[in-house]
Amino acid sequence: MATETALRTFTLSDAEGEAWSFPTGRPSLLCFVKEDCPTCDLSMPLIEAVHRAFGTAVDVWAVGQDTAGNAVLVERHGLTVPMLDDDALAVSYAYDLDTVPSVFLADGEGRVLRSFIGFGREDWRAMVTELGALTSIEAPAIAWEAYPESRPGCGSRSVEPGIAERLAAEAEGSPLRARRIDIGSDDDVHEFLDDQGLTDGLPVVPPTPERVLRMLGVTRRDAQEIVAVVPPNMAPVTVEKVAINAVMAGCKPEYLPVVLTAVEAMCSDEFNIHGVSATTMGATPLMFVNGPIRDRIGMNSKLGALGAGNRANASIGRAIRLVLRNVGGGRPGGTERSTLGNPGKFTLSFAEWEERAPWDPYHVEHGFQPEDSVVTLFAAVGGPTLVVDQTSRTARQIGGSIGMVMEATGHPRAHGAQEVVLVLCPEHLDTLQTAGWTKDELRARIQEVTARPLRELLADEESGAGVPRERFGPDGPTEEQLDRLIPKFADPASIHIVVAGSDAGKFSAVFQGWASGPRGSQVVSRKIEEA
Amino acid sequence: MSALRILDPTDERVPIRRELTPRPEHITGTVGLLDISKPRGNVLIDRLEELFHERLPNVEVRRYSKPTFTKPAPEDLRRKIAEECGFVIEALAD
Repeated sequence: MATETALRTFTLSDAEGEAWSFPTGRPSLLCFVKEDCPTCDLSMPLIEAVHRAFGTAVDVWAVGQDTAGNAVLVERHGLTVPMLDDDALAVSYAYDLDTVPSVFLADGEGRVLRSFIGFGREDWRAMVTELGALTSIEAPAIAWEAYPESRPGCGSRSVEPGIAERLAAEAEGSPLRARRIDIGSDDDVHEFLDDQGLTDGLPVVPPTPERVLRMLGVTRRDAQEIVAVVPPNMAPVTVEKVAINAVMAGCKPEYLPVVLTAVEAMCSDEFNIHGVSATTMGATPLMFVNGPIRDRIGMNSKLGALGAGNRANASIGRAIRLVLRNVGGGRPGGTERSTLGNPGKFTLSFAEWEERAPWDPYHVEHGFQPEDSVVTLFAAVGGPTLVVDQTSRTARQIGGSIGMVMEATGHPRAHGAQEVVLVLCPEHLDTLQTAGWTKDELRARIQEVTARPLRELLADEESGAGVPRERFGPDGPTEEQLDRLIPKFADPASIHIVVAGSDAGKFSAVFQGWASGPRGSQVVSRKIEEA
Repeated sequence: MSALRILDPTDERVPIRRELTPRPEHITGTVGLLDISKPRGNVLIDRLEELFHERLPNVEVRRYSKPTFTKPAPEDLRRKIAEECGFVIEALAD
């Protein structure tokens, strides 16, 4: 069967290093083989016979798929036919091979005249007949009856698991544009990555092209699309670069949509990651996820939700930190100036147990649809601070305890300054539900129990922290001002309520926020478009 | 032969090295005092201004402040200071 399809050009070397380029200007017979394939073994004597018979007029080449195996085949069959080395599998991949042997007869310009895969006695007979006609050389004597009628081939090495992704990554048209770094065989890859300052201090998964390509396989977004501009270096970050850092963090490919959206949220003006990262106060993004994607990717909202042990929770939070470090250049001692640091700077992410509560989950409360998947970022400096209350039996008491613990966030005298995330555990939630409380009723109780007269919030000899007396003029505050009650939070909406944790245990947790509002960091929720 | 190929996770940019402007022997013209708006930053800036008036009465001092210490100074503010001053002192606090 003659077609006009031209085979891809290539140049390969044989074992002696001599280069062979296709097409040659003469008819060619290309036979792709590998050593550990019985059907290839069966075919080798025919390939050799055809070379000996027609070699003066036709370039008959075996193309072997691994260097060591090629040598074995040459030895075993006493081959004189050129054995080209496609150990890198670049040609096998370019030829889209599924099976070896794959045999192609091409004319001098590389157009396919005849081809087959596996072993077929009649295929080979027809091939020999055609070669005879093409060259006017007498066909060799072959004991055809000694050959079986047919044998299926074996899988080409280029489609073996792991190898296929590598080849796709290296092929022309690959979506990857990041600089390739070759790590020498004498180097330990983990030590190399750490020496280069590319880790958060813990080992990372080496971002090989195959892994990054698998990661990119889950998104429809172009690998070179700019996701965000990452402070402090204001570096544009592409989908590819996010994927690289997500691989390093240990993410599975299906986590990537969450990571991409979280990077966008982190780099928004409202979140102000520049300040969050730079502050001596030691702030870090706390991330929680709502919506169907939580379950689909196996995020943990229940026992041990805040860590450790769940891969999705751990690696998603870590991935955005690595983007900040590696792409944005935010490194401790550089623009990151945290006095003490914060263990949350490794990772801090979890999911809400939406179904456990009778009220709307966080994202629905903030205007999203229940079926939306949403990531929310909060700049946390402290927590989880536990609300240890195993004895309260009424909603009012639990609300009181939560408020009393919140009173201490930042400083007991710091009122109206911060926001908090309350991670409400199921047992405390159940106690609140004995009175059918809504989130707003809980917030109101917190404001009630934390309200203090100004006189208790003034800086004094006991502590220099607090409201400066001078703020009220040279005479200080009036009696009326001193009696005014000031709740802990300027706005009840500053209390962000999320349900998580196991069914057992009366321990909710409070995360303390960094400087809030437009002058600091605002809580940012973004819909995960690809969820 | 390389053992492993990986992809560069960084932004791959080479930062431009900038030389510091040469420091003059004497302070003349206008000095900007930039308060980053952290609590008590004004205490330091006020004292600096006093010292300038005392020791360098011929130097004009102008005060500036960032809207918030949590973010880089806005572009407009940086341009204004660059246009109006030959020198700037930026004061942290805490």
